[in-house]
Amino acid sequence: MSTTKTIDVSPETGEPGRARPGPFRAKRPPGRTWRQALRRDWQLYSLAILPLLFFLVFRYLPMIGNVIAFRKFEPGGSVLGEEWVGLRYVRMFLNDPSFWKVFWNTVIIGGLTLLFCFPTPIVLALLINELRGRRIKRFVQSVSYLPHFLSMVVVAGLVMEMLSVDGPINQLLRAVGHDPIAFLQEPGWFRTIYVSSEVWQTVGWGTIIYLAALTTIDEQLYEAARIDGAGRWRQIWHVTLPGIRPTAITLLILNIGTFMAVGFEKILLLYNPLTYPTADVISTYLYRMGIVSNSFSYAAAIGLFEAVIGLALVMGANLISRRTVGTSLW
Amino acid sequence: MVTDKTRGYQVFRVINTIILTLVVIVTLYPFANIVARSLSDEFAIRAGKVNLLPVGFTLRTYEYVASDPTFWMNYRNTVVYTVVATAIAMFMTTCYAYVLSKKHLKGRKFLIGIAVFTMFFSGGLIPNYILISSLGFKDSIWAIVLPNAISVFNLLVMKAFFEGLPAELEEAAAIDGMSTYGILIRIVLPLSKAVLATMVLFYAVSFWNSWFAAFLYMSQNDLFPVTVYLRNLIAGATTGTSVGADATDMTVATNIKSVTMVLTVIPILVVYPFVQRYFVKGVMLGAVKG
Repeated sequence: MSTTKTIDVSPETGEPGRARPGPFRAKRPPGRTWRQALRRDWQLYSLAILPLLFFLVFRYLPMIGNVIAFRKFEPGGSVLGEEWVGLRYVRMFLNDPSFWKVFWNTVIIGGLTLLFCFPTPIVLALLINELRGRRIKRFVQSVSYLPHFLSMVVVAGLVMEMLSVDGPINQLLRAVGHDPIAFLQEPGWFRTIYVSSEVWQTVGWGTIIYLAALTTIDEQLYEAARIDGAGRWRQIWHVTLPGIRPTAITLLILNIGTFMAVGFEKILLLYNPLTYPTADVISTYLYRMGIVSNSFSYAAAIGLFEAVIGLALVMGANLISRRTVGTSLW
Repeated sequence: MVTDKTRGYQVFRVINTIILTLVVIVTLYPFANIVARSLSDEFAIRAGKVNLLPVGFTLRTYEYVASDPTFWMNYRNTVVYTVVATAIAMFMTTCYAYVLSKKHLKGRKFLIGIAVFTMFFSGGLIPNYILISSLGFKDSIWAIVLPNAISVFNLLVMKAFFEGLPAELEEAAAIDGMSTYGILIRIVLPLSKAVLATMVLFYAVSFWNSWFAAFLYMSQNDLFPVTVYLRNLIAGATTGTSVGADATDMTVATNIKSVTMVLTVIPILVVYPFVQRYFVKGVMLGAVKG
């Protein structure tokens, strides 16, 4: 199922600039051939050349570069590898216990992230929506967006300072008579730290879309609910939540699609050998295997596996949502 | 609204105010903490006394960081990378978004598909690394500014905006014999100042904040952006702790870390209140077509 979608948009299906209609399903206005389209719109097509070149070189070439997952690659040798080795590297990581360790770490961290980072913006948006007074509303919103604009390095730095032995959290622990905890050195704390900092960073920005969706709900629906005797809670349940459901489902699909690609940059900045048992995920593992240890083919095989799962997840979620609730991304 | 006056709702409003106040405090707390640390005496920090207010006020750490030529060099690099990358990204995104906004264009669906597909499937870290290395982009600005020249999200936002512009003006200009380029530059872009400003901000913030590309592809101190400078500081500080380095060195590092963080964030904090509504508008535009 995932392959059919790929074919529609893969670069091999035909350059739009060429004179022949490609095998893709473009709706052809009656009597318009490629020759006519080119004569009429060549200036428009010319504007697309550089961007297309960009996509080809920096997006589609790396996809093709994934063949090294099935070919032996040597640094300094050919970019596309030396010789075919079939599924050797795939078998290698499937039999690698460390791979399964990081696989499950990824699933757990991804799952927790989804569990906390998906619903919190909805709740926060509903709370902000109940605020009276434009000024105060806007203030709360502006403050809550702020972390979204920080560099990941700064976020990691803030997390480290908050959790350092002399930082505020440990000051609190000491105040209640507890020994200080070296949070970032303990595997047991990593997931909590990761997920809570993720919520801190993303919750405010996530509310924007819901707040926009809330303003589009017809005021008459609330009116009708009130006439039917619905209180505040019933109004939220029967009018507000159904009103933002399409938005929520769209975002859920997108979140599920990025499920496996859990925050690589943040984990790379926050983890250390002591916390590998809980913190190491597929992307950080393949980074160490590939870039640090030069096992490019092995790491590429793992990366391809991750990307394919990601694509399958988003398409699966999309399909389910189209069948069940009629909302889909495409 | 009768229901608003019920007791239950009054209680809810009080609780709501408390929760949202907490949200604001929790969001701002870490910033207040690093500002306090950056202005505090190192011994006070080490003793765990610094929380929201500076203890043993000093500007020495700022002087120390400001006297490091590498810091300024890296800061300048960040500015250069951000400006160049944003300029290139704006050019590429505008061109492509304009093309995609023309509904009559043959092959339009295919052109959109090429872009959108990359949102859901990417080549991955290793092939990208090999590509950039074999293009000879290592240790050059191109490794940072070219591979992210088009953000598909921004592209779709801009496309949606262009689609919303009235077609009559462009048609009239075309009848007057103006070329497509002329129409884009003299008619469309002047009407699109709002979305252009938003896009510049989106790109500039993301390039200003980016660190991983530079971390991956650059090996010389004098090429780093300030984010990598900061990353090396905080990474150094943690390895220092785990190896059990000398306590004084450690605190100096903590101090310096806070100052560097404050200095990295300041430009964003300064412009933030003025520009954040543009960001919000941009996201809403994107949500229309998403």
